[in-house]
Amino acid sequence: MMDKPRIAVHKFASCDGCQLAFLNMGPELLELANHVEIVHFVEAGMVAPDAEVDIAFVEGSVSTEEDIERIHAIRKLSKQVITIGACAGSGGLQALRNLADGEQWLNELYPQPQYIQSLNNTHPVKDYIKVDFEVWGCPVSTQQIKQVVTSLLLGASPLQSKDKICLECKRQQRVCTLVTIPTTGTPKELENRQKACLGPITAAGCGALCPSVGRACYGCYGLADNAEPAALARRFEGLGLVSKAIAQKLLLFHSHEDALRRAAENMSETQEAFNGQ
Amino acid sequence: MASKTVPVRLPVLARVEGEGALEFAIRDGQIEDLQLRIFEPPRYFEKFLQGRHYSEVPDIVARICGICPVAYQMTAVQALESLLVPDMPEELALWLNSMRQVLYCGEWIQSHALHIHLLAAPDLFGFDSAIAMAKKYPDIVQRGVRLQALGNDIISLLGARSVHPVGVKVGGFYKAPETAQVDALLESLQALTTEAEALVQWLAALELPQSQQTFTSVSLHNNTGYAVYRGNIISDQGLDISTEEYPQYFSEFQAPQSTAFHAHLQGQPYLVGPLARLNNNAAQLQPQTLTLLESLPVQFPDNNMFNSIIARALEIHHCIITAIALLQNYQPPAQPWHPVTLQAGECSGATEAPRGLLWHYYKLDKAGNIVSANIIPPTSQNQARIEADLQITLQNYLLEKGEAYTEDRVRQLGEQVIRNYDPCISCATHFLRLKIHA
Repeated sequence: MMDKPRIAVHKFASCDGCQLAFLNMGPELLELANHVEIVHFVEAGMVAPDAEVDIAFVEGSVSTEEDIERIHAIRKLSKQVITIGACAGSGGLQALRNLADGEQWLNELYPQPQYIQSLNNTHPVKDYIKVDFEVWGCPVSTQQIKQVVTSLLLGASPLQSKDKICLECKRQQRVCTLVTIPTTGTPKELENRQKACLGPITAAGCGALCPSVGRACYGCYGLADNAEPAALARRFEGLGLVSKAIAQKLLLFHSHEDALRRAAENMSETQEAFNGQ
Repeated sequence: MASKTVPVRLPVLARVEGEGALEFAIRDGQIEDLQLRIFEPPRYFEKFLQGRHYSEVPDIVARICGICPVAYQMTAVQALESLLVPDMPEELALWLNSMRQVLYCGEWIQSHALHIHLLAAPDLFGFDSAIAMAKKYPDIVQRGVRLQALGNDIISLLGARSVHPVGVKVGGFYKAPETAQVDALLESLQALTTEAEALVQWLAALELPQSQQTFTSVSLHNNTGYAVYRGNIISDQGLDISTEEYPQYFSEFQAPQSTAFHAHLQGQPYLVGPLARLNNNAAQLQPQTLTLLESLPVQFPDNNMFNSIIARALEIHHCIITAIALLQNYQPPAQPWHPVTLQAGECSGATEAPRGLLWHYYKLDKAGNIVSANIIPPTSQNQARIEADLQITLQNYLLEKGEAYTEDRVRQLGEQVIRNYDPCISCATHFLRLKIHA
């Protein structure tokens, strides 16, 4: 019989929410342990950071000098490196500091900044090492993790689908939050029409959760393939949003992504939106 | 006689949320230079909240912690609504109060079940992980993950997903759950009540370590029930203040070993979390939970931190009963939110996160943008207490064992003490000082 694949789950700067995709598997977590050997997963109690593994899952963004050494070491020890979540994939929410002066922020937040070891910028894993596969989401879901693990156990490459949220929405036959103008409803419902939804540029995978509760997608799953953020920004202008508001919408969960930055930079007041804070 | 110094390091703390380490030296049988190090890098949340629209706050602050996002969302909307929704209709306010308690119960159940089974229980039986423990005690671990899943299902009912849910907005919920969804959840809640009871009895029958200590318990309290979502801030030493008064009594300071701030109540460490809540409010548990508690060998107030695992289990039971009570006869309102009236000003809010008191402060301009924010999570508040507890518990162990102590057991005991507080290091590292302390 073949040995069970050895896996590791590593954490960098993050909220721990993507690791929960494993810890929230329920009884299937115990089943997973029958198919793979979990070698390193600190939150679950396995500590072997220097062990060689077949698959390393990485959560979080790279934020310190020590992090940089650690991510290179992980690459050397692992046959495949798979990022999970927004922080590891694009730098995530905390990459907003890359738009401002990180050193200034540190000085403003901490009375004794010399105690804090932190780079001025925070980076996605791909800025330092080759990444074999990316699982997107803020957070990634248990379903996504199960699909990736199942594919790998079967010896197949996991499927990278970065279709737009709009496709999920259409399959669920949801009313489009971006284009629909309700003609009936309470005055407040009418006032709240045509939401600035990021679905047209955001990767599917969550199940279109925000439109399912009647609100606009806020882009936590990252950029879809063939996304046109600049075109969507112009559509938002048509809805009456000012440039600053549009730039802030584009630059929230994945502000380190070039395509989003370029689109936001075209909005005239972007610099004011982030430097004037 | 030459003095003997043994440096002890736990470079990575396993089975806690986030990245931390413990360091101390044993010098002639004395614990010295004890430091709980937190090196999770800061993520600057208070900074990037500045300039953001109030409506984005619940989604941003959720990302402080993947394990307790609901706590951050609930505290933020409570604070912001106190300023921006002065005219909430009474009927909607009652409905929101109930549904937010249900949502919060989901998070307590999920977080406590995760902690008890995946993080803490392996200590009690000498396993490294719950996965290893499940081979010998499959029924116990399976029951734990079923309860954890129930908590997640409750959160998903109101938030569409359990980690970083998307249902909460300033003014209410985006959408009210359908009656059929509520009915399905009620069935699971009923079915798992006896499992929660069995969990409490199982933990109470275990021989847990003893470490009696003196400390101040701080929690919310309100007269209508066991405080989760609202209340005054009280202590068992007679403190009773409103949410707004928090900064006058509590102070934060920075320690060299940590990227998290420490907090003191009038110059002293204090405890927040499940044990502090039971110490202050046990009489307000659901009647069925009180009956269960009466049958146990442990009673509250109690000052053995190792009993906090029993406190968590009792809260799981209490939350299941509470959620059933609040969801029975469920009726969705015509519109589950009330519109905001923009105005400049300051606001604060406090709720009971799974790990204890969570306090938020926001200052807004007249366009509804955040001018400044301050967030004080429970783990920052507990950090000084954890260090004090480690010092006492480890010192007592050395006194008891004399020369016969083992470094392994000292390490293990240190980790176990830390886990009693279920520290969430991800939460603790992103926060701003109130004042610079000279």
